[in-house]
Amino acid sequence: METIVFSLLNGIIYGLLLFMLSSGLTLIFSMMGVLNFAHASFYMLGAYFAYTVMGATNYWVALILAPIIVGVVGMGVERWGLRRVHANGHVAELLFTFGLAYLIDEIVKIVWGRTSVNYQVPDALNFPLFTIYNAQYSAYRIFILFVAIFMLCALWYLLKKTRAGLIIQAALTHPHMVGHLGHNVPAIFMGVFGAGCALAGLAGVIGGNYFITDPAMAVQMGPIVFVVVVVGGLGSLEGAFVAAMLIGLLQTFAISINASFADIFGFLGLSPTSEFGSITIASMAPMLPFLLLVLILIVRPTGLMGDREV
Amino acid sequence: MTTDYAALEPSRSEKFRQRILPLILFALLLVVIPFFGPSRTTLTLLNHMGINIVFALAFNMLLGRAGLLTFGHAVYVGLGGYFCVHILNWIDASDGGFWSSVPVFSMPIWGFAMGALAGAVIGWPSCKRSGTPFAMISLGVAELMAAFAYMFDSFFGGEMGISGDRMSGPEFLGLSLGPLDEVYWFIAFWTFVGVALMFAFTRTPLGKLSEATRDNPERVQFIGFNPTRVRYLVFIFSGAFAGMSGGMAAVQDEIFTPESLSLIPSGAVLIAAYIGGIRYFTGPIMGAIVLTYMQSNLSDYSAGWLLYLGLLFICVVMFVPNGIAGMVYGGYDAVRKGKTAEVLGQFALRALGVALMAVSVIVIVEVAFRYSEGYGEVFEPFGLSLPPESVLTWILAVVPLAAGIWLTRHVTRKAEEV
Amino acid sequence: MNTPVLKLTDVQKSFGPAKIIQGVDLEIAKGERHAIIGPNGAGKSTLFNLVSGLYSLSSGSVELNGQVISGKKPFEINRMGLSRSFQVSNIFSNMSVRENVRCGVLWSLGYGYSFWRNVGNLKEVQEKTAHILNEVGLLDKANLPASLLPYADQRTLEIAITIAGGAEVIMLDEPTAGMSHSETDRAVALIEKAAKGKTLLIVEHDMGVVFGLADRISVLVYGEIIATGKPSEIRGDPRVREAYLGEEADHFEGATA
Repeated sequence: METIVFSLLNGIIYGLLLFMLSSGLTLIFSMMGVLNFAHASFYMLGAYFAYTVMGATNYWVALILAPIIVGVVGMGVERWGLRRVHANGHVAELLFTFGLAYLIDEIVKIVWGRTSVNYQVPDALNFPLFTIYNAQYSAYRIFILFVAIFMLCALWYLLKKTRAGLIIQAALTHPHMVGHLGHNVPAIFMGVFGAGCALAGLAGVIGGNYFITDPAMAVQMGPIVFVVVVVGGLGSLEGAFVAAMLIGLLQTFAISINASFADIFGFLGLSPTSEFGSITIASMAPMLPFLLLVLILIVRPTGLMGDREV
Repeated sequence: MTTDYAALEPSRSEKFRQRILPLILFALLLVVIPFFGPSRTTLTLLNHMGINIVFALAFNMLLGRAGLLTFGHAVYVGLGGYFCVHILNWIDASDGGFWSSVPVFSMPIWGFAMGALAGAVIGWPSCKRSGTPFAMISLGVAELMAAFAYMFDSFFGGEMGISGDRMSGPEFLGLSLGPLDEVYWFIAFWTFVGVALMFAFTRTPLGKLSEATRDNPERVQFIGFNPTRVRYLVFIFSGAFAGMSGGMAAVQDEIFTPESLSLIPSGAVLIAAYIGGIRYFTGPIMGAIVLTYMQSNLSDYSAGWLLYLGLLFICVVMFVPNGIAGMVYGGYDAVRKGKTAEVLGQFALRALGVALMAVSVIVIVEVAFRYSEGYGEVFEPFGLSLPPESVLTWILAVVPLAAGIWLTRHVTRKAEEV
Repeated sequence: MNTPVLKLTDVQKSFGPAKIIQGVDLEIAKGERHAIIGPNGAGKSTLFNLVSGLYSLSSGSVELNGQVISGKKPFEINRMGLSRSFQVSNIFSNMSVRENVRCGVLWSLGYGYSFWRNVGNLKEVQEKTAHILNEVGLLDKANLPASLLPYADQRTLEIAITIAGGAEVIMLDEPTAGMSHSETDRAVALIEKAAKGKTLLIVEHDMGVVFGLADRISVLVYGEIIATGKPSEIRGDPRVREAYLGEEADHFEGATA
């Protein structure tokens, strides 16, 4: 029971972080057709900017400022990079962001070093909020929960209740129509790209000190975020949300299960000393999202909730 | 009427000049190289170039020829290579059985078979999709395989990988494959075979259909072909040739580690092929040569070489989408049309502009690297001393960059006016 | 009466709530040249996409030579002898004109997906390719990249690819759209030549072309065929005139076959 409650809480937090990342990616992917390979790199930038800003001021300033800086960087990338490549097609755009991910990784290593930086949870939130089953639960985790839910509501409000949101929604389902609406498409693209990056940056700010802030964080997070977007279904923020929670919970629960294949399939005569039998569910956790991705794409190409073929 | 038809096809001499002659020259080049007495390091470099040429061409069968972008093609190199290292060990351990009669020279064939098998299995679900989903699946599969590799030690040997001995088993063509120069002949032979076969593939009906499917998968259906089937078959071949390069690498390096299946070599081959130019058959060859060279040499000079590589890649994607081969053939065309002076002039100006920008970028990167490491080391190119606080450093970081940007823009604008 | 080459029975297609094709019945005899006309948005292209297998039917059936082809994949239908062109040029733009046509020839000559033969050495393929290029008049442009062809030539290439496989039923979707008068005349001559001995189904806006070319005409309005008959019958049909109100009705006056 204890494990279940903790896994549930941690899984939800992880899932919400994943959604924060993948919502930006979904917006960008669905509107511009660009699978932003560097999306997780912006997440990393968010964490590093927050670390630096926090060093100069405090965490609360960093929480606001870092995502904004990431968003501005993102808009710059769209304006002077992506827009140029756009004419050469989607593969060129994908390759551009692929190279960008390389570049950001290296720049981060130059600026902040190759090892992890000491980006810490602010003192104001660094206390155990409550105790269950004799184990303490950190206040920061609950804070993450609140920030994520706040972001969720803000995003929902923006998309459903504002004019800009309506345009974006129309573009999500009918990407070819945006141009006919008479809006300034390049400006919308730049804005959406910047906003998506800012969301990733926000995830970095609150995730960087929850996990660890090092130059490998982009490479670790990147592929999983893609999985979320594709599993959820293109153009579907709801789908991305469901997929993010699913993967968050799946991975968190898998890590806590120490049973091996031999324990489960022992009745079939699988020996615990054999190579296959000795594999534990926990050690399978990192590959579960990819397994899910391949299965989903084969079984249900539109993703969980998407109505467009990927 | 039939007289007209003959003029359609390239003439015999044209065919020879365009198709056979380059292959002969390539073979000659491969034969001549050892007579210059290359050092051990050079030989190792050349061997790796050969391996990477085959790999990059295999990769480009998908990206350039079939329009399929994959982020996980090293999986097939890794599987082929691992299989071959196991065979090396079986040959070593065998005592009169089947494996004792297998020459190590044949490894690329085994790698080819294993790559084809892996391509046939993994390609079946992946090739149902194309475009971005295909790229995503390839990424997912690559991550899965990398995870598998760390999980099943008996085949993949854990983090340390597995190693073999290329000197066991029967000799073939009198090659013991012990000394590096003998390995060179082995690599040269199979590189040539790989290049020739993959070139031949582009001339087959399937090769042509793969291009047609790349250009317009919808229309392919209406001339009687199933685009999924075309992609799948091409995928198997591409996996097979990647596996073949794995077999070559198994003999050259005598070791394979799980790293070889990871996203890193998969990304490297993508960069190599693209920088070389994916629209041309020879593009990936050029790219593989340049990238292998950079990998082995530049990494000694600068800790920031990956940054340079990333920059180079982005610049190619943005400004020279046809890569090195595109520039080479473009220049060649211009020379043939008698516009040599004009093109050369433009090219020189552009090169100057790029060089100016490169100076600044290198200064910025190198100074920043040393500064961030915090050991107080100073970047000292050509006897200059460029500490981060010096005015000269800042001048070198800004002035050539601005001049270079102005120059290239100026040339581009002039070229557009014409 | 013989079995019709192409038989549509109560073909229906809906996209969501919108019924685009609502119950089309049509029989086309062997060797017939049949035109489908109708105002914009009547569902002509949709009908083509249904017959050729690009879309799946909501209900009804399509038969080719007595065999049901609805539900089959486009490439299967093509192999059974039905070939179509597209309204927008749908060619292999990075390949040469010759290679475009050659790809169209391959399946019919039995060289499927083979990877052990050199296309350049397949005499049959080369000859048939050259023959078709000659027939459509693109021989002198054979080695140009398809994307560099002028518009009218791209339309011609579109037809060339369509007939390359030697299918007995040819479906052309607005082959003369966007062409000048002289180009249209040439295209019509080409279509007449290409359709000789074959069954032709054509969608066309240019009434001159339709009345000059077709043996029979069907008029499609709002996803229903309101009339089918010889050109003279169609011209006099009051329902057709009603559907083509106003300006377009003048086409019928002008188009004297």
